[in-house]
Amino acid sequence: MPLAEEHEIHKRRLGRNLGIGLSLMAFVLIVFAVTVVKVAEAPQPGHVAAQFLGAKQ
Amino acid sequence: MSDVQTYDQHGEAGFGDYVLLLKPRVMSLVVFTALVGLLVAPVHMNPVLAVASVLFIALGGGASGALNMWWDADIDIRMRRTRNRPVPSGKVEAREALAIGLALSLISVAMLSLVANLVAGALLAFTIFFYAVVYSMLLKRTTPQNIVIGGAAGAFPPMIGWACATGDVSLQSMLMFALIFMWTPPHFWSLALFMKDDYSNAGVPMLTVTHGRKSTRRHIMAYTVLLAPVSLAAGFTSIGGPVYLASAVVLNAIFLMGAWSIWHRDEAVAEADGYAVEKRVFKFSLLYLFLHFVALLAEAVLHAAGLGGW
Repeated sequence: MPLAEEHEIHKRRLGRNLGIGLSLMAFVLIVFAVTVVKVAEAPQPGHVAAQFLGAKQ
Repeated sequence: MSDVQTYDQHGEAGFGDYVLLLKPRVMSLVVFTALVGLLVAPVHMNPVLAVASVLFIALGGGASGALNMWWDADIDIRMRRTRNRPVPSGKVEAREALAIGLALSLISVAMLSLVANLVAGALLAFTIFFYAVVYSMLLKRTTPQNIVIGGAAGAFPPMIGWACATGDVSLQSMLMFALIFMWTPPHFWSLALFMKDDYSNAGVPMLTVTHGRKSTRRHIMAYTVLLAPVSLAAGFTSIGGPVYLASAVVLNAIFLMGAWSIWHRDEAVAEADGYAVEKRVFKFSLLYLFLHFVALLAEAVLHAAGLGGW
């Protein structure tokens, strides 16, 4: 049997690698989306400074 | 013979085996109850953060499942119900399951703490610890009360979901916890009655093995009676309302009738009909819990539309 022949184990390994790769990509996307939301929801530095100055005056 | 055929397939896992290692059926319950806990909370959470939180709660639940499979591989192989799991069947090595369980535990707790808050992260860490160490390592093989105390691990998700939104633990989240906690014993003991050889073969001291089947039937009745007030109490809090309460009354009445039938059944009769009542009550118990959380969700939706609640 030639070495290039596709064995069931190769398919299984390919499926596993694809699955893990896609899971890691999904994880990166989640971290990115969460970061975008967290940054958008965080108080802007300018607003904090304005509030601080307003409180002092 | 080619070289490719000389590979030993032992330990050569496919992606599906890794998924099975995380107990996807348990994860689906975790996702659903955590999501309901999060949605019925009085604090609005950004949808992206909410979805990410539920995903990391599910990942934490999966991590504890992998740790459980690593620890229990020796008894899983002796039970019909569990012998095809990835570790006992040889598809995933035990140390691999341990590594995956530990890695996912760290990732899920750290990410939930960052995405939601530290309270939710700490509750998730405690849940994983409780299931993997307290239940799997300390209780499961030593006491017939394993299911009763260990049930707490499965009861935490709605409380974690609630904590994600509010950053707190409250009466409402404790009642959701108590609902699953009290539901777990009659659910698993119904299963133990008709999977009778499994636990004794594995040497797991289930109530059916240590105290006998008659005592187990009595315990199912007692815990179902104790479950009813917990289920109804949630209906009088801010997460409840007429829809939930009406559903809870009907569901508890059916569950109590089932438990009553189990209690009064003779073992010979049960064996003769293939444990039909026990199987029916076990299946209904799944529906019982699912519909309770659906009713809570319905109340939240109605409340948002200005209709639900008291």
